[in-house]
Amino acid sequence: MWEYTKKVKDLFLHPKNVGEVENPDAVGEVGSISCGDALKLSLKIDKETGKIIDAKFQTFGCASAIASSSALTELIKGKTLDEAQKITNQEIADYLGGLPKEKMHCSVMGQEALEAAIADYKGEAPKPAAEAHERIVCKCFDVSEEKIRRVTMENHLTTVEEITNFTKAGGGCGTCIPDIEAMLRDIWALKEVPKPKEPKKLTNLQKIALIQDVLEREIRPRLQEDGGDLELLDVEGSKVIIAMRAMCVSCPMGGVTVQSIEQKLRELVSEDIVVEAR
Amino acid sequence: MKPIYLDNNATTAVAPEVAEAIQPYYHELYGNPSSMHLFGGQLHRRIEEARAKVAALIGAEPEEIIFTSCGTESDNTAIMSAVESYPHKRHVISTRVEHPAVLSFVRHLARKGYRLSLVPVDAMGRFDMDFFMKSLDENTAVVSVMHANNETGVILPIEEIGAILRERNILFHTDAVQTTGKIPINVKGLPVDMLSLSGHKLHAPKGIGALYVKKGTRFYPYIIGGHQEHGRRAGTENVASIIALGVACELAQGNLKIEAVHVARLRDKLENALLEKCPDPRINGDTSRRLPNTSNISFEYVEGEAILLRIDEFGICASSGSACTSGSLEPSHVLRAMGIPFTAIHGSIRFSLSRYTTEEEIDKVIEIVPPIIKELRTLSPYGKERIIKCS
Repeated sequence: MWEYTKKVKDLFLHPKNVGEVENPDAVGEVGSISCGDALKLSLKIDKETGKIIDAKFQTFGCASAIASSSALTELIKGKTLDEAQKITNQEIADYLGGLPKEKMHCSVMGQEALEAAIADYKGEAPKPAAEAHERIVCKCFDVSEEKIRRVTMENHLTTVEEITNFTKAGGGCGTCIPDIEAMLRDIWALKEVPKPKEPKKLTNLQKIALIQDVLEREIRPRLQEDGGDLELLDVEGSKVIIAMRAMCVSCPMGGVTVQSIEQKLRELVSEDIVVEAR
Repeated sequence: MKPIYLDNNATTAVAPEVAEAIQPYYHELYGNPSSMHLFGGQLHRRIEEARAKVAALIGAEPEEIIFTSCGTESDNTAIMSAVESYPHKRHVISTRVEHPAVLSFVRHLARKGYRLSLVPVDAMGRFDMDFFMKSLDENTAVVSVMHANNETGVILPIEEIGAILRERNILFHTDAVQTTGKIPINVKGLPVDMLSLSGHKLHAPKGIGALYVKKGTRFYPYIIGGHQEHGRRAGTENVASIIALGVACELAQGNLKIEAVHVARLRDKLENALLEKCPDPRINGDTSRRLPNTSNISFEYVEGEAILLRIDEFGICASSGSACTSGSLEPSHVLRAMGIPFTAIHGSIRFSLSRYTTEEEIDKVIEIVPPIIKELRTLSPYGKERIIKCS
C-alpha cells in the first residue's frame, strides 16, 4: 500500500479541472495506455498577455498520476506561459506534499505534458522520441536518452533506482540498466562530483591480510563450487602472485578467472593490484 | 466501517472456531512438544491430531504431512528436495504463471546452472500440454505446476500432468495453496508426489503451512537442525498455529459444499452484474475451469490502482494486476503470460470471495463499483467515447 499524503488523496478523490477545455489553444499529450499512464492537457491562453486562463486534464493512471495532473493544472492557471515553463516536476510533487519515491515519474509526466502543450502553442510540432531521432534507452517504457539525462540532472539523481522511479527507465526487462549506469557515470563526471575521499593507505601487513581474506571469502568458495581452487604464493608490492589449483589448472577459462580475481581485489583491496598466475 | 473483504486469495480471516481453539496454546499450554515432562510432551499428541486433520482434508496419511512456516517454504522445500535427491538431473519444469514462491525459486535454480523450462499458457490461462510434453526428458528432476492460479483462479490439469510424469518416473510437485479448502483434493486418486498448502488462505493464521510428501518419495530437508517432523523440517513446532491449521482444515472439509455452491453463486452474481453494468469488461481466465471464489475482470481504459483506492473509500478490498499496485513497474506476469493486452492488464481487478462473504456485501459492491468505473473513465483520455454506454 502506498503512503499518499492527504493532498494526493484529496486531489485523487476530488480532482480539480477534469476534462477538456473547449476550443483549446494548446494541447499536450504524453504517455501511452500500454505504459500504464497517459495524460492529455488542454489549455486556454490569452493571446495578448500570454496568460493561461484555463487548464484541464484527462489522465489514465493511478492515484498519484491523477493527483499530479490535477496539481499541475492548479499550479499553472493564471500564470504566463513563461512562468509556467519554469515549473519543475519537483514543484508538482511539493504541491502534493510529496510523492512516494516510486511514484515520482507521475510528477515528471505532468511537467512533460505542460512542455508538450507549450510546444504545441508555439507551433512546434510535437515530436515522438522515435521520430526525433533520439536514442531510446528503455524500450519497455520508450524512454529516450535525452529524457533520462534531463530528469537526472534536474532532480540530482545518482542511482539507477532513482532514475527508474522518476522516468520508469529500467523498470521493465532491465536490459538497459548497464546503459543507464554508464549514463550516470557520464553525467556526474561532467558535473565533476567530488570524488570520495582517498581510502586510507594500508600497511604491507594489512594489505596482505586483506588480500588473504578476500581470496578466502569471496573467491575460493566460488572456484571450489566448480571443482577449482587457488593458492596465494606471494605479494610483492601491488603484485599478487597466485597459483591455480585443482580443476582451475586445466580450465580453458583460466584467463578470465584471473582477470575477475584481479577485479575483485582491486575493488576490495587496492586499485593498483595486479594478479599474476604461475 | 466493516470492510467488504473480497481479497481472500491474498489472505483470509481466521475462523472464529480457529481463533478460539488456539487460545490455550499461548498462556497455558506453552510447553515444548519435544520435552520429556508431561507439560510439554502432551502437546506432541495434539500436534499429531492436527496432522491427521490436515491429512484428512487432502486424503493423505498423517505421516505424509510435514508442517512448515508457510506456503512459500513448502514450495521451496519440495523443489529443493527434488533437485537434492536427484543431483545428476539438472532440468526443472514449471509454468509461466506460477506464484513467485515457485517461479522465483526455479529461476534461482536456473542461475545456479539448472536448465529451466517454463510452460506457457494460452489466452484463457490454459496449460500448454504440447510444450510440456516436448520439454520432458530423462534429465528432468522435478515438475512443479500450480493447482490453480492465484490471480485468475484457473485450475490447471494436474491429474493429466501427474499421470504422464508417473509413467516416466519424474517427481511432481503442485502448489495447491489456492485450492486447498476451496475445491476437493484427494491425493489418493491424484498422481502428485508433493503438494504445498498454506494456512492463511483457508482461515488459519499466517505463518503456518504444510507439505504433503507421498510415502516412498525421496526427501531431503530444506531447514536442517533438530529432529522435529522426523528430521524433515527442523525447528521447534509452531504449536498454536499447527493446532489452528488442524481446526481450519477440519472446518474446510465441512464447508467444501458451501464453497462450491454459496460462494460460486455470489461470485457469479457479482461477475454478471459488473459485466452487464460496465461496458467493455473482460473476464480473464477460463471460466469453465476456475476456482469458485475468484473473478478477474478487466475494466479497460482505467487503471487498477485508481479503482482500488476509490472502492477502498467504501471499505471494499480487492486487488489488481496493474503495474502501479505491484511496487515494480511491470504489470502482472500471469496476465502477460496469457497475452492479455496491456490496456486490459492495467485495469484488471481481482475479486476473491470466501464463505464469510454475504449477499448484502455483494449487492453493495454491485452498486458501488460501476459508477466508480464510469467516473474514472471520464477522467481518462481513452474513455470518452465509452462513457455514454456506461449505465
